[in-house]
Amino acid sequence: MNAETVVVLHGRCVVPGRSEGEALVTRDRISGWGGIDSRTGTIVETRHELRGVSFAGKVLVFPGAKGSSGWSAAFHMTRTMGTAPAAFLFNEMTTKMALGAVVTRAPAMTDFDQDPLAVIETGDWVTVDADRGVVEIRKQARPA
Amino acid sequence: MHLTDEEQAMADGRDGPAVARAMDLLQRYGRALGAERLVATNNIVASVGATTPFMRDFARSKGGMDAVFSEFSLDSDAVVKIPKIRAFTTHTQLGFVPDQPERMGVDEATVQFYRQGEAFITGLGVQATNTCTPYQVGNLPTRGEHCAWMESSAVIYCNSVLGARTNTEGRESVGAAMLTGRIPYWGYHIDANRRGTHHVLLQTEVESTSDWGLLGYWIGDQVQERVPVVEGVKSIPNLARLKHFGAAASSSGGVEMYHLVGITPEAPNLDAAFGGKRAIETLRFGLVEHRATWEKINATAKDTKVDYVMLGCPHYTMEQLWEVGRLIEGRKVHPDCELWIFTARAIKSISDQNGTTKILEEAGARVMTDSCSAMSRAAPKGARVAAFDSAKQAHYVPAILGIQAWYGSVDECIHAACTGRWDGRFA
Repeated sequence: MNAETVVVLHGRCVVPGRSEGEALVTRDRISGWGGIDSRTGTIVETRHELRGVSFAGKVLVFPGAKGSSGWSAAFHMTRTMGTAPAAFLFNEMTTKMALGAVVTRAPAMTDFDQDPLAVIETGDWVTVDADRGVVEIRKQARPA
Repeated sequence: MHLTDEEQAMADGRDGPAVARAMDLLQRYGRALGAERLVATNNIVASVGATTPFMRDFARSKGGMDAVFSEFSLDSDAVVKIPKIRAFTTHTQLGFVPDQPERMGVDEATVQFYRQGEAFITGLGVQATNTCTPYQVGNLPTRGEHCAWMESSAVIYCNSVLGARTNTEGRESVGAAMLTGRIPYWGYHIDANRRGTHHVLLQTEVESTSDWGLLGYWIGDQVQERVPVVEGVKSIPNLARLKHFGAAASSSGGVEMYHLVGITPEAPNLDAAFGGKRAIETLRFGLVEHRATWEKINATAKDTKVDYVMLGCPHYTMEQLWEVGRLIEGRKVHPDCELWIFTARAIKSISDQNGTTKILEEAGARVMTDSCSAMSRAAPKGARVAAFDSAKQAHYVPAILGIQAWYGSVDECIHAACTGRWDGRFA
């Protein structure tokens, strides 16, 4: 079997709390209104690299928010529909991103000591402790 | 985050549970941003309306409109009684046209629920302007005024053209702001963040509304959420051109503020626009970029048979309605095509008074208010190929409705509506 590699990131707490889940990583910014389907927690934007992929229960790792001022409302709806991400890890702080993370009430962090887009890969198991400002990444098991 | 005594009293419940919940959200939001304090505001543009079956079921099962406001405008688990609002608030566009339910594809029950919600929010003191262009219908903030606006095309107009100050707010933050008269002091409320970051040199003629839309679409793509400073504008753009420019830049990117040197209020000259800083990057918009942007925005369109033309994104100005009236008078919309024109309710009432609406309707156009195709996810039944004079609409509608979209000038759009064919080309 494989030895497990654990990588640790430090960052700033945006929304407090602890959660864990499988990472879903994209280098594309995410649109809320018009970019996701809140009922299924799926990205629907036409030219997005994750089009058709669900973020429900995943630790979403992405550059930041873009698009309409309906961003927070679209992600707020994912919480009420049970399709919200487990956590948000992002690089670019904007009002859309901050408010969206707050009302989704998923633990959220930014301002990392290393770029999470470079360190985390889709499928890694990620534990987010926003209260302490620590993210632990267990790299996905690969054949020896 | 620092609170004043007044803010602390609101947070502690002096003004009741709804105001306390609003302060709780503003504090969570402010801390998330890293804001040091709040700022007073008496100018809010908000979406409060409830137009979906989900909201209707939510209201029915959780405790009526107070429950809808508590959850979706205050992020409060507890259902609190919502008092009259404290800060002047106008409403953004809606998710459908309430007086045209059939055309919007919504049922009567949804309209009735909307009417109930409208009575609730106007009862609180929200002005039912129902437009993405509040600055056209009486919400015209003063330069320097701190605002809390939703709607990206309005935010960019507020900051750049009017010199008032707002970030792109969301449904919950404006809900909290209307009850407290506060919003986090962050981003574009602060002088230093309003300065230019990118220098854009115009090296091709940008004159028509359609050119301004293309320029905005290109700039947004280039600078994303930064602050472009545009130099080389030869003729001063009117309201419609600035409206289309900003809407495009905030769709392809996240631009919330720009400067036009010698034209917009915080850019009397290049130095002032950059606040003494150096540009991160200099970008050139020449014929090559102009043409490439036209091709990009038209990338979803193949068929020249057009069955839907939509004008009015952002909501048409009085001048634009008059202009379309002049272009279409004596002509007829083709039987295989529909022409929908969207404007603010207040502007339509003037258009009705003037007889402009009559000219447009006699030609076969439909003049509608309160919404648009992208917001309402509505187009004429069976529409496959649409034409727009709005880069924003051409950006969103193919994704939202799965139809092809042509982008061109208002003349090209009217020609398409009257012939059922797209003859537009890069001019």
